[in-house]
Amino acid sequence: MTAAELRRASAQQLRDAYKAGSATAVELLAALYAAIDREDAQLGAWLYLRREEAQAEALAADTRYAAARAEGPAALAALPPLLGIPVALKDLVNLINTPTTAGSRILEGYVSPYDATIATRLKAAGAILLGKTNMDEFAMGSSTEFSAYKKTVNPWARDRVPGGSSGGSAAAVAAFHAPLSIGTDTGGSIRQPASLTGLVGMKPTYGRVSRYGIVAFASSLDQVGPFARTAHDAALLLHAISGRDAHDATSSTEPLDAQLLNLPAGDAAAAGIKGRRFALPKEYFVAGMEPGVEQAVREAVRALEAAGALVEEVSLPATEHALATYYIVAPAEASANLARFDGIRYGASGHGEGNLLDGYLATRGRGFGPEVRRRIMLGTYALSAGYYDAYYVKAQKVRTLIAQDFERVWAAGFDAIVAPTSPQVAWRFGAKMADPISMYLSDACTLPANMAGLPGVSIPCGLSEGLPVGLQLIGRPWSEASLLTIAAGYEALTATAAWRSVEPHDLAALSGGAT
Amino acid sequence: MSKLTRAEVEKVAALARLGLTEAELSKLEGELNLILEQWARLAQVDTSHVAATAQTIVQPMPLRDDTPGPSLPVDEVTRNAPAHVGGLIRVQAILSEEADG
Amino acid sequence: MSWKAVIGIEIHVQLRTQTKMFCACAIPAEGDEPNTKTCPTCLGLPGALPTPNRAAIEKVLAVGSAIGAKAPATTRWDRKNYFYPDLPKGYQISQLDLPLAEHGKIEVTTSTGTRTVGIRRAHLEEDTARLRHEKARDGARSSLVDYNRSGVALLEIVTEPDIRDGETARRYAEELRLLLRTIGAADAEMENGQMRVEANVSIRASEDAPFGTRVEVKNMNSFRAVERAIAFEITRQAEVLDAGGTLTQESRGWDEGSGTTYTMRAKEDSHDYRYFPEPDLPPLAIDPAWLAAIVATLPELPHARRARYVAELALSEYDAAVLVGEPAAAGLFEAARAALPSLDAKILANWVSGEYLRVARDRVVTIDAAQFAALVAAVAAKEISGTTGKALFEEMAAGPLDIRQVITSRGLSQISDGAALEALAAETLAAHPQALADWRAGKQQAIGFLVGQSMKASKGRGDAAQLGEILRRLLEAAG
Ligand SMILES: [Mg+2]
Ligand SMILES: [Zn+2]
Repeated sequence: MTAAELRRASAQQLRDAYKAGSATAVELLAALYAAIDREDAQLGAWLYLRREEAQAEALAADTRYAAARAEGPAALAALPPLLGIPVALKDLVNLINTPTTAGSRILEGYVSPYDATIATRLKAAGAILLGKTNMDEFAMGSSTEFSAYKKTVNPWARDRVPGGSSGGSAAAVAAFHAPLSIGTDTGGSIRQPASLTGLVGMKPTYGRVSRYGIVAFASSLDQVGPFARTAHDAALLLHAISGRDAHDATSSTEPLDAQLLNLPAGDAAAAGIKGRRFALPKEYFVAGMEPGVEQAVREAVRALEAAGALVEEVSLPATEHALATYYIVAPAEASANLARFDGIRYGASGHGEGNLLDGYLATRGRGFGPEVRRRIMLGTYALSAGYYDAYYVKAQKVRTLIAQDFERVWAAGFDAIVAPTSPQVAWRFGAKMADPISMYLSDACTLPANMAGLPGVSIPCGLSEGLPVGLQLIGRPWSEASLLTIAAGYEALTATAAWRSVEPHDLAALSGGAT
Repeated sequence: MSKLTRAEVEKVAALARLGLTEAELSKLEGELNLILEQWARLAQVDTSHVAATAQTIVQPMPLRDDTPGPSLPVDEVTRNAPAHVGGLIRVQAILSEEADG
Repeated sequence: MSWKAVIGIEIHVQLRTQTKMFCACAIPAEGDEPNTKTCPTCLGLPGALPTPNRAAIEKVLAVGSAIGAKAPATTRWDRKNYFYPDLPKGYQISQLDLPLAEHGKIEVTTSTGTRTVGIRRAHLEEDTARLRHEKARDGARSSLVDYNRSGVALLEIVTEPDIRDGETARRYAEELRLLLRTIGAADAEMENGQMRVEANVSIRASEDAPFGTRVEVKNMNSFRAVERAIAFEITRQAEVLDAGGTLTQESRGWDEGSGTTYTMRAKEDSHDYRYFPEPDLPPLAIDPAWLAAIVATLPELPHARRARYVAELALSEYDAAVLVGEPAAAGLFEAARAALPSLDAKILANWVSGEYLRVARDRVVTIDAAQFAALVAAVAAKEISGTTGKALFEEMAAGPLDIRQVITSRGLSQISDGAALEALAAETLAAHPQALADWRAGKQQAIGFLVGQSMKASKGRGDAAQLGEILRRLLEAAG
C-alpha cells in the first residue's frame, strides 16, 4: 500500500493487510508521523507525540504478525484485534511517564506516574499509542477553542472549529493522522465533534468504560469512547477498552458484547435495518437548527424507512430542561473535581508570594481559563449554602424526569432514538466565544443521553454547505453493539451515496499547500 | 430566584479560591446572571413527586478486599511538586488552624 | 451562680485495617519515611478514583451494632469541600445524611453512678495528610506535607449533648476505646493520634434553660486531659459569665503544661462545605444477611462481660472492671478458664490482673493460656510455692514453657512436709541468732526476716505460710 492508502485504511483493512503481510505497522507509523509532521502545524490536533515508544510497539506488532503468519491461520486468528493499530488519546488520558495537560495551563509540565485503565488495556491489546490530542480545557467546551495550548482546525474547512471538547481526537482521525482515537463525552464531547468532522463517534453507556486515569470533568456524566471512520472500527476500539475495572467503582460488571467484533457488513448489514423501530423525538429539532442539517437528518430517516425501518415521532418533554439541568449538575461536580488543582503537589503554581491563601488564589485564578472559571463559579454557587436545594437538588429531580422520558420510549418497544447530533455544521472560529449560552446550546441534542447515562453514537449522514452532518442514535443501556449494528446498516445503505466519496476539503491545504 | 450581586460573585470566587481581577469579576457577573436566567426556568417544573437522581445506571457498590497493594516510589510523588524537601512537599506556612478530621 | 454544663463529644478513631479507606496503600507505620505510603488516589492525582475498603465498612457496622445503633438500608458517601494543604483532593469523602450508624448509646460508670451517653451518629470517612511546620534559617515559615496518613479510614462518632461533667466525658471516651478494642475495630491509642477527642462545652443557668454559647475544645491528648480540659473550660466559662462578660463561639486548645485552654481561632462565618453525593461511588445497600453475619462475629461486649464476671464468677465489680478493661487480659482469663474449667476464678483473676497485666503493661507478651492455667493451678494446689510460680511466669512471658515438665525436671515442687519444714526453720533460726535477739526485743518483723531466709534456703520451694507458723512457735519456745 502507498503511504496515502495506509493513512486512509480502516483498522479492519490494516489488520487484514498485516495478516497477509502486505503492510507493516512500522510503515504505517512512518506514514502517519510524516503526515503529522507535514500537517499538524496547520491542523493543531496534537499536543504530544510518542514517537519512540510507538516505534517499539509497531516493531513488536510486526514481529508477532510475522511469527503468527509462519505458524498458520489459527495463530493469526488468535492475535488480539487491535494489534498494530494506531490510536490517538485525548490529553486527559493518563499515560505513565508522559505529560497530561487536559488542555489546561494549570497542568503544564505535569508528568503522570501511572496509566489510565484504558491505556493499560490498549497496550495489552497491542495497540500503538501515537500520542495525545488537543482538547477544550478540562473537556469544557464544544469547539476546542478553550484549549490553553493551541487551535485545532476542522480538516473540512480551516476557518472552522472541529467541535469539542475532543476536537483534537476528531481532527486527527478526520485528517487521516490516525485510524482511531479516544475521546470523552460528558455532554456530547465525542458525538458533537464526530458530527462536525464526519466521523463515527460513540459515547457508551455510563459504566461501560473505566474512568480510572481519565482527568475528571463531571463524574456522573463522563464516559470514554471511540472515534473512527467506520462503525466496525468504532466497535473494535470500544471492545478493547470496555469492561469492569476494579479501580472504578462505577464501572459495570455487565458482560462485554462479543457482537462488537462481529458486526454484519454489506448487504447483511443493510438488511438488518428492516423491521427496526425508531423513535424520532420532535424536541431534538430545536429552534436555530440549520435547514441543511435538518434536511440531511430527515433524508437519513427516509433512507432508513425505505430500507424497512418503522419511524415514529415521539415527544420527550423534559428535553427542554436538559440544558439548564446539565449546566447545574456538570459544573457542581466539576467544582469539586477541579479543587485538587491547588499548585501544591503538581502543576503550575502561584504559591510563593504572599501567604497560603494568596497562593491558592493566584494558582487557580491564573491557571484556569475563562470557561473553566465560569463553570467552577456556577458549580460552587449551585452547591453553596442556601442555594443547594433550589439548584442542585432541583436539577437532580429534573434529571429523573429526563431519564423517565427515555424509559417510556424503551417501554414502548423502540430499538433506538434517531435524532440530529448537532443543530449546526462546524461554525467559524470565534462565532460563539463571546456568548457562553450559544456555545452551550450546540450540545442541546447530545446532553440528554448523558443525563440518563445512555449510549449514543453519531454517524455521518450527509453534507450541508459542504460540511459534514451527523445522525445521532441513542439506545437503551448496554445496547452499544445494537447501535453500531444499525450504524453499520446505515453505512451499507448509503455506501454509494455521493457525499461518502467526498474527502475533507482542506486536507491538501493542511500540508502548507495552496487553499 | 434572584440575581447574583457583585458581592455574591466575589464570595463565590473566594469560596472556589479563584483569584480574579475586577474586570474578570465584572464580566463573570454578567455571564453568570444570563445563565441563572436559564436555570430559573427549572423552578417551574413540577418535581413534587420526583426522586432525585445523583447517578444513573447505578450498579451495586463493589467493595475492595483489605489487602495492601503497591504504593508509588517517593520520587514519583515529589517529581511534579513545585517545592519539596526530603520527600516532603512544601507549602507556605499555614496561618490559621482550620484543619478538619 | 451555679451553672449547669452541657457537653457533647466528637471522636475520630483510626480503624484497624491493613489498607486505607479508598486505596490499597498500606497503613503507615511508626518510622515510615514520608510519602512512601501513597498512590494516585490518596495523593488526589488527576484521574484517580476511590475504591472502598470492605473491612473498614464491616468494622463500622460492628461498632454500630455494639452500641445499639441502627444501620441504614442504604448508605452513601458525600463530598465535603474545603481547601487545605492536608486535603489533596480539595474535598474529603465523608458521610452526611446517611451515616453507617445512628442512634446508639454507651453506658458508663462514674464515681457518682451510672450514666447513659446517647450516640447521635457514627460514620466512615478518610483522614487527611500530616503537616509539619518548619522555620527556615531566614525566618521564613513553611509547612511540609506528608501524605502517608492521607486516606486512612476514620470512624467519626458524635454523641448527643448528654454529658454534664468532665469525669463522664473521660469515662465515655475510655469506655468507647475499650469497646473498639474489644471488637477489634481499632487500637485507639490516644498518644499516637489514633483517637482524637473533641468536646463541645457550653453552660447554662438551669437544666431547662436553652443551650449557651458553644466552645469547641481540642488538643486533648489523654483521657486525663479530657477530664481536666472540660473541667477547666466549665469553670472558665462560669467565671466569664459571673463577671458579666460574654462568651464567643470559638475553638480552644488544651495546654497540658499550664492546665488551661487558649483560643485557637474564632469561628469565622461558618464553613460552607458544599456537601453533595460522591458521584465516584455508587450507593451501598446494607444487605441484612451481611449485617447479621457481622453481628454474629461480635465477641462478648465489655458491659456484658463485667456483669457476667460479677454474677456468675463472684468477682468483685473492681476485679471485673480491671480484667475486662484490657481485652488481652480478659482474653487470657477466658482461654485459661476454657483450658482448665476447674480452676478457681478468683485466683485466676488475681494472677491475670496481677502478674499478667504487670508484665503486659511494658511489652507485648504472648502467653499460652493452657500453660498459664496449669501454672496457676499448681500454685493453688500448693504444689509449687507462690514465689516459684511467679518466677515461672516470668519465664513463660519470655518464651514457651511446659509447666508440668519444668516442675518435675527441676524438682520445684513445694516443700510442705512438716518435718522437712521444721528442720529448715530450725537451721535458719540457728544461723541467725540476731533475729532471735530482735524478736526478744519485741521486733515482730524478725519473723518475716526468718521466713524470707528459710525460703531462700529452700530455693523458694518452702510453704511460706507453714514456715511462718513453725518459726513463730520456735521463737516463742526459745523466748
Ligand atoms: Mg470528620
Ligand atoms: Zn493510596
